Amino acid sequence: MNREDPKIVKAVLIGITTVFLTVMLVLPLIYVIYTALRPGLETFIAAVTDKYALHSIYLTLIVTLMAVAVNIVFGLYTAWALTKFSFRGKKFLSTLIDLPLTVSPIIAGLIFVLTFGRQSFLYPYLNEWGIKIIFAVPGIVLATVFVTFPFISREIIPVLNAQGKDEEEAAALMGAGAFQIFRQITFPHIKWAFMYGVVLCSARAMGEFGAVSVLSGHLRGKTNTMPLYIEILYQGYDFTGAFAVSSILVVMAILILIARNLLEHRSKNKFLK
Amino acid sequence: MSKNTKGVIPGFGISFGISVSILSLIVIIPLCSLIVFSSQLSISDFWEIVTRPRVIASYKVSLVTSFTASVINAVMGLIMAWVLVRYKFPGKRILDGMIELPFALPTAVAGISLAHLTVSEGPVGALFAKFGIDIAYTNIGITVAMVFIGIPFVVRSIQPVLEQVENEYEEAAFIMGAGRFETFYRVVLPEIRPALIAGFTMAFARCLGEYGSVVFIAGNKPYETEIAPLMIMGELQEFDYPAATSVALTMLVMAFVILFINAVFQSRASAIISGIR
Repeated sequence: MNREDPKIVKAVLIGITTVFLTVMLVLPLIYVIYTALRPGLETFIAAVTDKYALHSIYLTLIVTLMAVAVNIVFGLYTAWALTKFSFRGKKFLSTLIDLPLTVSPIIAGLIFVLTFGRQSFLYPYLNEWGIKIIFAVPGIVLATVFVTFPFISREIIPVLNAQGKDEEEAAALMGAGAFQIFRQITFPHIKWAFMYGVVLCSARAMGEFGAVSVLSGHLRGKTNTMPLYIEILYQGYDFTGAFAVSSILVVMAILILIARNLLEHRSKNKFLK
Repeated sequence: MSKNTKGVIPGFGISFGISVSILSLIVIIPLCSLIVFSSQLSISDFWEIVTRPRVIASYKVSLVTSFTASVINAVMGLIMAWVLVRYKFPGKRILDGMIELPFALPTAVAGISLAHLTVSEGPVGALFAKFGIDIAYTNIGITVAMVFIGIPFVVRSIQPVLEQVENEYEEAAFIMGAGRFETFYRVVLPEIRPALIAGFTMAFARCLGEYGSVVFIAGNKPYETEIAPLMIMGELQEFDYPAATSVALTMLVMAFVILFINAVFQSRASAIISGIR
């Protein structure tokens, strides 16, 4: 049966795909590394070990860790609640979880400014207790959690739904506690999906720009994550510095892609979402 | 809710409680404050803000560039999904693995790289400048950035469906004398059309809200290359919260309309996947 496309069609289509992906994806990536290293290694090292650069790296790590930690707690408990029990409003709950995916990052930033900003009814209380949320690190963390909110739960829920709850019910009838059931029965099933979600979540948390940009207030050396610091350098025409700091994020992005592909291979989870 | 529907598995109270508290802090309370704040706006003020010529121009720029980029992504995504599902060739796994790069690469990094490549002194920009085409600081540049971030949506939406399309139908059509193009058009395309449209609308919604990769390449000239999210950002920097909220509300409505269309097609797409299985 000759169902194969003719060689010429095949060659043209593979050619189009390769050229398109090379120009659109690989070229910008290589260009970052090239521009970062062009003025020489010493300039590069000076740019990435600058006091403000180091602080932005540190802040990015802290924000990413906190956002991932909140999302792990939320993702695991939510997946458990949504897949092991039936209750009213379940559909509504899962719609709300997915909502952040559809909201523009700028609007995500805006809603936190409206919640905790000067015109909010919460503001006098926060002010009294000396809590600063917007234009400070807590705001950045909240916005990052918002934009990465569904990432872990969405990976786990389909796996748990497919697996059913017979095993957990049997374990519960035999007297196992919630934590024991989770650790010994549920977690082994969702291990890869969970790690996959953590990878996706860290990638997005590390690189979030729009929402964080609204909430940071741009205090140099205080509330700049790496993407914000890159913006400041770029707008100050320090292209070498901007691309040097960017190249760290490029390397992270490549590592994340490799991890993603390995995990996808493991979990045989072909779907992106 | 009766007790027995919860079954024997323990942990409902704590898991439900923790989910709802975090959900409230992160999503529900902030969204409510958006609603509370916008209810304080008068309709006439709202209308005055969202119909300002500069705001209307920004919607137009956003809609036109997002739409163009999503059409390009739909066509390229279809070709790429086809190549990645149907053909075997060396390097296929690498190409397949690269598709998600726009998710992994921070948008600001993509933004400065694309901008720097396409300014008239940049390596790609210089090439196009010879033909009198400017990319950076024009709508073409905005579209390029949006094509970049939209790549994964269409490909990853079509791929699973295309893998499920049974070869028998194509073979049958072929045996009955249909040409290659006719077979694709009449047999394959109807099967993947819902997934194609779903991928298109997801990319479209994402492009409309995109900020990081676009601002650097856009030039941000009022009335010409200013996108709607940047309007919101501008109002926020002047602490004009009513204006920012009004523009944000119109954008949210646009996004929900697009996602509603998506949900309609998505349910049809999953019906096709399960139907084939």
